[in-house]
Amino acid sequence: MGFTWTIVAMIVVLAIAWRFLGAYMVSVYEGRTRWLSYIERPIYKIAGIDPDAEQSWQRYGASLIIFSGVMLLVGYMLLRLQGHLPLNPQHLPDVGPALSWNTIVSFVTNTNWQSYSGETTMSYLSQMGTLALQNFLSAAVGIAVAVALIRGFARKNSKTIGNFWVDVIRTTLYILLPIAFIVAIIFIAQGAIQTLAGPAHIHDLLNGVRQTIPRGPVASQETIKQLGTNGGGFFNANGAMPFENPTGLTNFLSMALILCIPVSLTYVFGKMVGHIRQGAAVLAVMVIIFGSWLAIGAVAEHQANPAVAAAGLSHQPTGNMEGKEVRFGDTSSAFYNITSTQTSTGSVDSANDSYTPMGGFAAMTGMMLGEVSPGGVGSGLYTILLFAIITVFIGGLMVGRTPEYLGKKIQAREVKLAAFGVLVMPITVLILTAVAVSVHAGRAGPLNAGPHGFSEILYTFTSVTNNNGSAFAGLSSNTAFYNIIETVGLLLGRFAIMVPVLALAGGLAAKNVVPASLGTFRTDKPMFIGLLIGVIMVVGALTFFPAVSLGPIVEQLSHGKFF
Amino acid sequence: MNRQFLLNLRRGFLVTVCFFVLLGIAYPLAVTGIGQAFFSSQANGSLTKNGSTLIGQQWNGPKWFQGRPDADDPMATGGTNLGPRSKTLVKDVKEQIALLKKERITPTPDLVTTSGSGVDADIAPVDAYAQVNAVAKARGLSVAAVRHLVSTQIHPAQFGFLGSPYVDVLQLNEALRTLR
Repeated sequence: MGFTWTIVAMIVVLAIAWRFLGAYMVSVYEGRTRWLSYIERPIYKIAGIDPDAEQSWQRYGASLIIFSGVMLLVGYMLLRLQGHLPLNPQHLPDVGPALSWNTIVSFVTNTNWQSYSGETTMSYLSQMGTLALQNFLSAAVGIAVAVALIRGFARKNSKTIGNFWVDVIRTTLYILLPIAFIVAIIFIAQGAIQTLAGPAHIHDLLNGVRQTIPRGPVASQETIKQLGTNGGGFFNANGAMPFENPTGLTNFLSMALILCIPVSLTYVFGKMVGHIRQGAAVLAVMVIIFGSWLAIGAVAEHQANPAVAAAGLSHQPTGNMEGKEVRFGDTSSAFYNITSTQTSTGSVDSANDSYTPMGGFAAMTGMMLGEVSPGGVGSGLYTILLFAIITVFIGGLMVGRTPEYLGKKIQAREVKLAAFGVLVMPITVLILTAVAVSVHAGRAGPLNAGPHGFSEILYTFTSVTNNNGSAFAGLSSNTAFYNIIETVGLLLGRFAIMVPVLALAGGLAAKNVVPASLGTFRTDKPMFIGLLIGVIMVVGALTFFPAVSLGPIVEQLSHGKFF
Repeated sequence: MNRQFLLNLRRGFLVTVCFFVLLGIAYPLAVTGIGQAFFSSQANGSLTKNGSTLIGQQWNGPKWFQGRPDADDPMATGGTNLGPRSKTLVKDVKEQIALLKKERITPTPDLVTTSGSGVDADIAPVDAYAQVNAVAKARGLSVAAVRHLVSTQIHPAQFGFLGSPYVDVLQLNEALRTLR
């Protein structure tokens, strides 16, 4: 019963966000929202940015790459020097080179893979000034690229697609900061911590127990980690840790924060291209895929854990509770983790590694579809639009006419760029997984034996290349091998998709609009929605079925066997 | 192109610096200020004199209600990450079942599995009721009194539907201590 009402409440919250946050975001990108201009204008002045200057896609892309490069460099240095910097009450030493590189690449690419344990590795300055800062900026960069692509569709005969600096700064100030700030206060009221006072030392006189409890500025980081679909926790246990996610309400708000921007961006898309129905069609695809995967995940986690049953406790009315928190229960935990894996967020409120085989399958394959349902902030929308281009192309092949999408002719250049953007992820995941299982350093990683051990490796590369960041966390990934090889997936999964998207945006903006005719394939109708879902499924299944068979599928089928 | 590159480099660096000050420092400090001013107990970790009500701890002996069999080390949070077909998990759960049976507690799923955080402070009402007989006997209290105490300690799902009902083990044991 509780689960049904949770879903109903989420639909209501997201419907409101879609309409109103969506409309607000449109006004931000059209420059009509100005209530923080007393902060915005000085930043332009200091950085020497002319907010009225438009950029070509090449300039836009170059600014993006350079900005990301600067953030990598600054962040890397701050982590390497953390022992010499202030706000370090635990006197933690500098972070090592391989781990610093892995961490900063992962945060700049909006992934937040955690090879480190926050509570024993990162000073408060690193958490606030490096990790949380990247939670804002990497999210803003992702949304900027999506908005640039939308402009590509919306404009005609235009040489430019917007100004990267303006898009990033306005996204951060007007959208991310206010929401993160307000919800952070609610999180604190619920029990999330927010202090600079250092660890608490406990001596329990009832019981004689002594504990050292790490603390820090958690709530402020928690809300932006969810809102920006980043996912990196202050603590190793991420959203399962009560200081990050203390109650059922914070669990719900976390999911709402994760979903609100990716969902609202479909409104922004529809509004800016002039037909809200076009955005609604894309949203429908996202909702159908998300709902299906949520059903698999929630049903799977409501089943008994096979290992617990084999140990003699087969009656598990509350589902698989290994790796889950009592205050959330089985289905709410599954809801959270499915939300996080389908949005390239990667925060977890329960241990994915201990999910039932089909629960783990749902988490893993949700990412393998390319993070489009609804995907990360910005990245979800631009990736699903790549699939939409492939879809109208296939539709065009069927009837033998030049395909169009939103009045733009889809020609060889568009199809090549979209196909490239769609294929980067699966090729990278499969090659990196093959490398890792072929070398000793890779095979040394998994905690679990048998097919689950393979799943741990496959999950890792799926997660990093999709810029998700969640893990089958049994894998010991804080080794030089994994720290370095993961960054290949992280960087390709981010920039090898963003650059073709921007090239696409530039090309589309330059085109004229062809008026719709009777023969035009309508992209706001159920036929298109079904075909787009079909294309996403076929691409995902064709590329990943063999690999998934060796992991969760074989694990599901090995009844009575333990490894 | 070269000039453009240097210009962008300068912009990138200066935007990063601006946001480092605004988002990396000012934002968390402002949230800390508001949190400490209005919700100081929660912001500091919901500490009582015997520990945090949000962080689980080990309870020794049959006189106390037991939490989940977590490591309860807040400096190393996280689950066991053992998979659903792990021999190690089968062995661990078997041992935990044997331990509970020795203390005459009927095993329940939460009491034989570990949590995602490794510091779960809570158990489900059914887990607490399963321990009532054992605790009452060890303390020489009436079963009815201990059972009633448990029923007063149940936190319902928020707004009736968010999350699952639970009992906070530290709060329960603090209340148990005063029971005569």
